[in-house]
Amino acid sequence: MLEVRGLTKRFGGLLAVSEATLDVAEGEIVGLIGPNGAGKTTLFAMVSGFHKPDAGSVRFSGEEIVGLSPHELARRGLTRTFQIVQPFAGVTVRENIAVGAHLRHRGRREALAAAEAVAVRVGMREMLDNPADSLTVAGRKRLEVAKALATEPRLLLFDEVLAGLNPSEIRDILPLIRSLRDGGITILMIEHVMQAVMSLCDRAYVLNNGAVIAAGDTRTVASDPAVIEAYLGHGAAQRLRAGQVEAGADA
Amino acid sequence: MRGYRAIIAVAVILALIPLIVTSNLWLNIAFTALLACLLGQGWNILGGYAGQFSFGHAVFFGTGAYVTAIVMTTTGINPWAAFVLGIAGGALVGAAIGFLVFRYGLRGSYFALVTLAFAEVFRVLANTMAITGGGSGLVVSGHLRPELFQQTSRLGAYAVAAALVVGVLFLTRALENSRTGAYFVAIRENEDAARALGVDPFGFKLRAIVLSAAITAMGGTLYVQVFPYIDAPLMYGPRYSVEALLVPIIGGMGTVFGPLLGAVVLHLLAEAATMITGDIAGLNLVLYGVVLVLMVRFLPRGLIGLFDPRVPKARLPLPRIAGRRRREAGDA
Repeated sequence: MLEVRGLTKRFGGLLAVSEATLDVAEGEIVGLIGPNGAGKTTLFAMVSGFHKPDAGSVRFSGEEIVGLSPHELARRGLTRTFQIVQPFAGVTVRENIAVGAHLRHRGRREALAAAEAVAVRVGMREMLDNPADSLTVAGRKRLEVAKALATEPRLLLFDEVLAGLNPSEIRDILPLIRSLRDGGITILMIEHVMQAVMSLCDRAYVLNNGAVIAAGDTRTVASDPAVIEAYLGHGAAQRLRAGQVEAGADA
Repeated sequence: MRGYRAIIAVAVILALIPLIVTSNLWLNIAFTALLACLLGQGWNILGGYAGQFSFGHAVFFGTGAYVTAIVMTTTGINPWAAFVLGIAGGALVGAAIGFLVFRYGLRGSYFALVTLAFAEVFRVLANTMAITGGGSGLVVSGHLRPELFQQTSRLGAYAVAAALVVGVLFLTRALENSRTGAYFVAIRENEDAARALGVDPFGFKLRAIVLSAAITAMGGTLYVQVFPYIDAPLMYGPRYSVEALLVPIIGGMGTVFGPLLGAVVLHLLAEAATMITGDIAGLNLVLYGVVLVLMVRFLPRGLIGLFDPRVPKARLPLPRIAGRRRREAGDA
């Protein structure tokens, strides 16, 4: 469904993303992980049309989409959320979601009805008439998902929808994400909460210094020495392994 | 759908006012307030709903007035047709400015400054070109006939202005209940989030400025039908640019009734000031400046915002664009 090939982005002298290549097949939940500053959000921004890549190609449902604007991509069924939540602060939750719903429903009445249905689906029914800026962090994250969902996407790009949530809030939102996939939406998600990545994602890509350093099913990726070093520093994998061997010897 | 009843109530009140107020002086004040309201209603579409702060709405007001005056003096066309052409002229200028400015993504203070610059350019041009009568302006002379929309009595002027204001109230409410209106607000509140949800900011800002310009130009063309003399410093000068933005800021931006409320309050204040100090030229601009500062500082949501917390705050555009930059940087 999504094929990213050799995607590259420079900001001045900084190589933010370097020849990143990844695939997402229809019906998958794929994770994109990596330490802070690895280039994950920049990669998302390129795939969703917010940044223009310096090189590389992105194909969505077989069609080249580099150079298309975000609103054109949303129309085609590719919608992103933002890591720093971006509510329409001055208006109600219902009106927020309706902005997304208007993409497929021209009439105001239909869009508001669709927004309500989405709110029920993400568990925000009680908050429909609250102003968006009165929501808690967890509420705002849910709203971010709801707005994107209202555009009736085929592929959702989630940028850290779980960041800032406490463990019980994460537990509440995981079934929602799973239900989206079961409803036929393919998901590519940037995520730092490993417990969530392990439980949700079929596969994961690991980005470090702008390059994909590992890919595969989540469990393999998490134990990959290169990945451990990317997170914990040079030699960490070896020290960890040594520690395990020692512990084994003691026993 | 909410809120057409309140508009009908306002229409009835406006219709009853001439029964109580019969002096020409007060009808004249009522007319200038309604004229300011029309300008403000125009500004409110672009500034209040779509969040694009214009400092140069006189460019549309003046264009509406000049197009009307020019076609009437040169072709002797029916004033009703001239009215329509004046609105179309304003809309066209709006489309041209909007295309240039939004194409290059100017927003916040940059947008405000460019609109101010356009108004100044038009003022200078109208002051020198032959077709606009140069520095001596234009006089739309002759046969004033009410059935041809040209107003001889203050009551006639008031009635036409009131009808136009009520018409725009309905239009604004319909906009609020439409996808276009929802997209305007989304762009105002968060342009990047709107883009991610399928909103084309360029297309919708362009719609906003064309609609806004058309309504403001309607004020200009009405002006010509009532005061048949126009010149560049007045029509394209700062007075109407400031009035256009001040009126919705006082009343409440992004609301249907904000401009009307703001226009009434502002013109009552202005009249009170004139009564106390006598007629000092330029006093109204001083007063406008003071009121603007006080509103932004102490009552940024306007008078309607006192009762409805959802009215957006009037902010000078500078800090706003800085905030947006930070967010974009954090996003990258």
